[in-house]
Amino acid sequence: MSHFDRVPAGSPGTGEIIPIMRIGDTLLVALQGELDDTTVVRIEEQLTMEVARTHAKGTLIDVSGLGVVDSFIARVIARVVAMVRLLGSPAVVVGIQPAVAVTLVELGVPMGHLDTALNAEQGMALLRRLRADGNRAR
Amino acid sequence: MAIELAEPTAVVVAVASEADLVHARQTLRAEAVRAGLGLVDQTKLITAGSELARNILTYATGSRGELRVEQVRSRERVGVRATFSDEGPGIEDLDAAMTDGFSTSGSLGLGLPGSKRLVDEMTVSSAGASGTTVVIVKWRR
Repeated sequence: MSHFDRVPAGSPGTGEIIPIMRIGDTLLVALQGELDDTTVVRIEEQLTMEVARTHAKGTLIDVSGLGVVDSFIARVIARVVAMVRLLGSPAVVVGIQPAVAVTLVELGVPMGHLDTALNAEQGMALLRRLRADGNRAR
Repeated sequence: MAIELAEPTAVVVAVASEADLVHARQTLRAEAVRAGLGLVDQTKLITAGSELARNILTYATGSRGELRVEQVRSRERVGVRATFSDEGPGIEDLDAAMTDGFSTSGSLGLGLPGSKRLVDEMTVSSAGASGTTVVIVKWRR
């Protein structure tokens, strides 16, 4: 059973809304377009709160809509993954564009420790595996 | 090898706020597309530009400076040149600033050395109170 729940996380001042969707016990946030720093940090806070509030068992962060990820945005993405993990909920970054991947590696941003997948579907599969591993470890 | 302007006009973007970073990235993308750069090269140029514009906000006096974007050519090549300038306080140790992991602001220290890896040419000139100027060029392949 999937059920959808939209929580606006955008800044009211600019009219932007970054929805956090809930699909079953998984949260999905899709970052897209031109993000300014404040919006990125706001999404980070909102997503962490939302994981705690909904007791989500996993989080997918879809970045396929980002044509550019500089070191600041990359760092915030890595940080939100770490925060959500601390809450006990695995997070997977999906859909990094090839040009962005090439650029991040050359820029030297450490992203290798993140769990990533090509798209949302493979991300969901990876989340299931991470959860199964987590259960076995307990 | 001399670089000359391919067009007499430049696009100038004030860099003084987070919103200007977005504007700087949009301007770089538009000019990179106009110069015919491929997607990966566009992305590299814009990302390097984003790092350098952010440096202005982090380090420059009054957190303000300017980005100037030009269409350039050299012999048979065409490309985009972006010049980031501010009015101080300058970079104390340029060699250190170009080293991976060096930072005076608590960042990862990737801005300058990382940006250099993303573009074809980069020059940094810093003269104390007269500020810092970083010029990057990305050529069409």
